[in-house]
Amino acid sequence: MVSRTTADYETIAQVGCEALCEPAFWAGYDRASAQGFYDYYRQLTEYEPARAAKFGIKHFCWLCINPKEAEDPVFAREVMALIPDFIDKPNVLGIGEIGLNKNTKNELAIFEEHVELAQKFDRPILIHTPHLEDKLKGTRLILDALKNANVDRGRVIIDHVEEHTAPLVLDEGFWAGMTLYPESKCSPARAIDILETFGMENIWMNSACDWGISDPLAVIKCALEMKKRSHSAETVEKVIFENPKTFLSQCPNFSL
Amino acid sequence: MPTKKEIQDLYFMDSRFKLLEIASFLDRVDRHDGQADFRHPAFMKALEAMQNPPTGTSRAQAVHLAFSDHSTEPAEAADIQFAYGACQKEVEA
Repeated sequence: MVSRTTADYETIAQVGCEALCEPAFWAGYDRASAQGFYDYYRQLTEYEPARAAKFGIKHFCWLCINPKEAEDPVFAREVMALIPDFIDKPNVLGIGEIGLNKNTKNELAIFEEHVELAQKFDRPILIHTPHLEDKLKGTRLILDALKNANVDRGRVIIDHVEEHTAPLVLDEGFWAGMTLYPESKCSPARAIDILETFGMENIWMNSACDWGISDPLAVIKCALEMKKRSHSAETVEKVIFENPKTFLSQCPNFSL
Repeated sequence: MPTKKEIQDLYFMDSRFKLLEIASFLDRVDRHDGQADFRHPAFMKALEAMQNPPTGTSRAQAVHLAFSDHSTEPAEAADIQFAYGACQKEVEA
């Protein structure tokens, strides 16, 4: 987890985390060159797995240029040209987190090219939906693009769903992800509301571990919240462990 | 599954706390100088949506929809990288 300390790896190991997957994402600033991404991909495929392994955690990752840095299509394509050099690294799961940020034409074009790349290498896809006021429109644009690309919907997970976008994603046969935050976005209590409303199938939750205020233990805290609401141990296990395992087992490199 | 009362036992006090935070935030905006921007009418619209959600829409969904950009065409370009939390175009429409 490039944005977290080694102590965070230790903390999640202490609460029983067996594996994690880290998407390629924004560094908190725009990288100045494609070479910056080359170094970043090395970090994701070499350094972070070694750091996690010290605590018995398997580290997996997804590769892409994130939508926040995809507004310049020439630059984005230069970065994407690096991905084939890394796609066969042993901890790479697929292409992600691709998607949209401000729902622009350029972001959408690069999103579609990433989908083509995933199809070319036959890899699953992890998708980021925009936050806040941009989420509804971005989710609809992404769903339309995926329909046009004729992807295998069972191998695509669309992340950051909330109450208004979860049914759009699930009803179309895609997997849905809920990223939990301590503030500003989806909380554990609301994630459970979404599970209770839209069901426990084809959905997972993950702890936001980014540069903002985020909490690597968010999923564990959500599991405790589920217990408070009288969900069975089996249901909790399904949502926080079995569902992610089912989806990720479609990735050739994934194993526990 | 918990009963309504059990849900209240779990979440009433926390939600009461958060409701007062909202009330105090609105008082704070009222009390201070200058002009509030588009986020204020969007917030008030979302509060109204929460109290009177359309049929078939949950309160949380109604709040999301009140803050959302409902346009359908991709934007020509991005002039900012972040999100405000409310859509200026929708407020001004």
